Amino acid sequence: MKRLVLTKDELTAWVRRMTEGVRVFAPVAVGDYDEFRLVDSDQADLIRWSYQNTRLSPKGLFHPQAERMFKFSTSKEDPEWNILKEVPKDFSPRVIVGMRPCDAAALKIMDVNFDTPEYKDPWWVRRREATTIVGLACTSPSSTCFCTSVNSGPFDTKGLDVLLVPLGDGRFLLDVVSERGEELCQQFGPGGKEADSEAIATYEGLKKKAEAALVPIGDLSPLKERDMLEFFNSPIWDEVQFACINCGVCTYLCPTCWCFDIQDEVYESEGCRLRLWDSCMFPLFTLHGSGHNPRAEKLQRVRQRFMHKLKYYVDKYGQGVACVGCGRCVQFCPVNIDIREVIRLMLVQCECAV
Amino acid sequence: MNNPYRPYPVVIDDIIVETDDKNLRTYHLKFLNPEDERAFQFLPGQFAEISVPGQGEIPIGIASSPTEKGFLKFTINKVGKVTTYLHNARPGEVIGVRGPLGKPYPWDKLEGSNVVIIGGGFAFTTLRSSLVYMLHPDNRSLFGDITVVYGARNPGLLLYKDELFEWEKRDDVTLHITVDATDDPNWKYNVGFVPAITKEKAPSSENAYAIVCGPPIMIKFTLPVLTDLGFPPDRIITSLEMRMKCGIGMCGRCNIGTEYVCKDGPVFTFEQLSRLPNEY
Amino acid sequence: MFDYTEKIREIARRLLQEKKVDGIIGFKKGTIPMMNQPVFITSPDRVELLHWDSWCGVNLANYLPKREGRIGIVAKGCDTRSIVVLSQENQVQRDQLYIIGVPCRGMLDRRKVWEVVGSTDVKGIEEGNGKVRVWGNGFDLKLERSELLQNNCVICVHRNPVVFDELVADEVEEQSVDRYGDIRNIEAMSSDEKWNLFQEIFSRCIRCYACRNACPFCYCPQCFVDESRPQWVGKTIDRTDTLTFHLLRAFHMAGRCTDCGACERACPVGIPVRLLTKKLEKDVKELYGYEAGVQLDERPPLDTYKPDDPEDFIK
Repeated sequence: MKRLVLTKDELTAWVRRMTEGVRVFAPVAVGDYDEFRLVDSDQADLIRWSYQNTRLSPKGLFHPQAERMFKFSTSKEDPEWNILKEVPKDFSPRVIVGMRPCDAAALKIMDVNFDTPEYKDPWWVRRREATTIVGLACTSPSSTCFCTSVNSGPFDTKGLDVLLVPLGDGRFLLDVVSERGEELCQQFGPGGKEADSEAIATYEGLKKKAEAALVPIGDLSPLKERDMLEFFNSPIWDEVQFACINCGVCTYLCPTCWCFDIQDEVYESEGCRLRLWDSCMFPLFTLHGSGHNPRAEKLQRVRQRFMHKLKYYVDKYGQGVACVGCGRCVQFCPVNIDIREVIRLMLVQCECAV
Repeated sequence: MNNPYRPYPVVIDDIIVETDDKNLRTYHLKFLNPEDERAFQFLPGQFAEISVPGQGEIPIGIASSPTEKGFLKFTINKVGKVTTYLHNARPGEVIGVRGPLGKPYPWDKLEGSNVVIIGGGFAFTTLRSSLVYMLHPDNRSLFGDITVVYGARNPGLLLYKDELFEWEKRDDVTLHITVDATDDPNWKYNVGFVPAITKEKAPSSENAYAIVCGPPIMIKFTLPVLTDLGFPPDRIITSLEMRMKCGIGMCGRCNIGTEYVCKDGPVFTFEQLSRLPNEY
Repeated sequence: MFDYTEKIREIARRLLQEKKVDGIIGFKKGTIPMMNQPVFITSPDRVELLHWDSWCGVNLANYLPKREGRIGIVAKGCDTRSIVVLSQENQVQRDQLYIIGVPCRGMLDRRKVWEVVGSTDVKGIEEGNGKVRVWGNGFDLKLERSELLQNNCVICVHRNPVVFDELVADEVEEQSVDRYGDIRNIEAMSSDEKWNLFQEIFSRCIRCYACRNACPFCYCPQCFVDESRPQWVGKTIDRTDTLTFHLLRAFHMAGRCTDCGACERACPVGIPVRLLTKKLEKDVKELYGYEAGVQLDERPPLDTYKPDDPEDFIK
């Protein structure tokens, strides 16, 4: 598909044109970190085109931390008392600009959970359908990143419709990578000019350089090949779990952690049913009404998180691990539990078992 | 788009106190909309989320049989916020039902086989559904011998007593009712733990499946008895309980290894469980 | 402080070899710059894992409640104060512990480093003679150590362990500082200003509970935010819910918090959680003349009654 070269002004102008027709979300600085926010035409030049990963992943744009699912009246006088009605939401077309390839790949990982042959999560599916994603290639990955080790990469296009590559000279290469991206460019002409061979060579060079900057964490195929119970019963978890304080930092910052809770809230006679992020790190996550808890111990909860990402997901869906190597958990775990180290321990334990 | 989180509105039609301790009550629920009832096609072994607006949802096995039309039946133990609310509810109240959810017992395999049902305490709900389903005149000929061992701590804690004593008299089902202990001098059924009674009555494993539901301790001691009787692990079936929210395999909490109890279960064979982490 | 590492290993090895303890809670070197990982060492063969530098801000006393057996623990001044409080609250027995005391010159705050270098991607850092060299993509800077201290360390008045069985080095000089300048500034604000300030500060909260879980005193079997009957507080990130959580948690810290800074350090979105706990610390000090975690044999003011307790708040 087509490849264009845009100056930064042309890029900003393109985004501004989009804001006049559709909702546009983009990374902007919020205090000392970056976050995806709805931007209007005046804010298009505030978009951060060179940010490291946003502190929170953009998963919240599809799976908000807290959202109202249904509303109802608990008043017996109301003819429709206790009948749940869907809370209307804005599913009009939108564009997310500047998403990193790893975060977009994460959406593909989550699709498998929310968009299944048997059930469709209506909010997830409608938001996905409403969204076109313009990605931003990662020309200087962080030292905590390991996307190339987990089926993604700094220029990975699999979750994207358009990829923008900062060429290092103030210009951007715009690579249209899906039909949806094509449609976006038809609806809102990006301007710029056809990419010449020099720009494409620069793009290829930047891609190679970025990929080379990422340290591989090893061959992950044993995660697929070895039996689930071997990993589950491994002694490594005792060591991995000690430092964990069972907070929700890793799960809440993770672009692929999708687990959620459902809670009802009532104010006077107006009630709503909410969906909220939840975390397998919290004991309450699995506590039965009877008081029994299948994952009462910290070790069990820590093991669950890593096993889910690195083994259960792998076995259940056959499309690799549920991790895109964004490094957020590595960087922000308050006690330095490093998933790369956990993977290494799992792989080492595997070799021993052979 | 069909929203799998939206419950069907139902009205509580009847509430029956099941046990002497009053901790178990059976609710008859009627759909407000006939099209919802038509959409709710289930088989014994499946469950539903009972939805009480303002309180929350709880996963409960369906105790009625698909052969019983016009209502759904759930037997609910008083444990938490939602169940306590329900125990204080009155007939006429509108609540919701979301389902049917999960996999039923493997009826395609059970048909043509002898079926041994072993239940303990209040885990007899989907077993009742199964029994009513199999004993229905349209279905009875599809199954071989049907044997039931059902026990509770004392006679006052048995569920569905009237039906039990009726089934006990029938000749197309062998029913062994038992209690751990009783001081009732007129008690004419068995006294003893479920595993011991199972051993004593020794149902044949030939061309048979066993469905075992009950407290973990009962299951633990019944399994070796069934093994001795010749039941292989892939012919011993159970139904698991887990904390659940979505009921459709999305919210992530009820997994045992790769399997979501809500969507991939709650019915599992012991052969399946032997390949999964022991975390339930 | 880097030379503490060898001494810590030496003590740990001895304790384990002589079977004086079942295990040692300490730090191992982190996998990324400016982070270290709490570790439990039970064999003398593994004491080489133990490590100490300026990035040991995690309060290891957090790993003590409900732990059985004889435990060696590496503890800074603030950590030992937490141990005192935990032992007053019967969460750990003093005679269960062998405290390897670390006189502390203050722990460093990576957020301050990020701010100076303009990036969260720091590739390396090293320290010496009061200077910190930090480098990464496009920067290589030499910074003053004193500029990078955790905020709680800047105003610390108990750098030396208050209880210990052995010190890894000579005691350091204590600071004489005004601990409550920022609190007095907030106290001087109008109600509206305070309200707006707290709304703003806590609007970032994502309810991950890292602050709570990093705190040695948040050991309740069930936190009030997790209770469902009754449900005291909603579970959303609505401002009312998040503020309720933070304010109530702060009140639970009154007369207990030792200002170790673990809460603030753990927060992934940079909320200055200590503003609340420090206000309560100041109040307890002014009302009862009490400083948490300094005297083992003292009862905390909020679980004792004295006829001359101030009662001006009863109007």
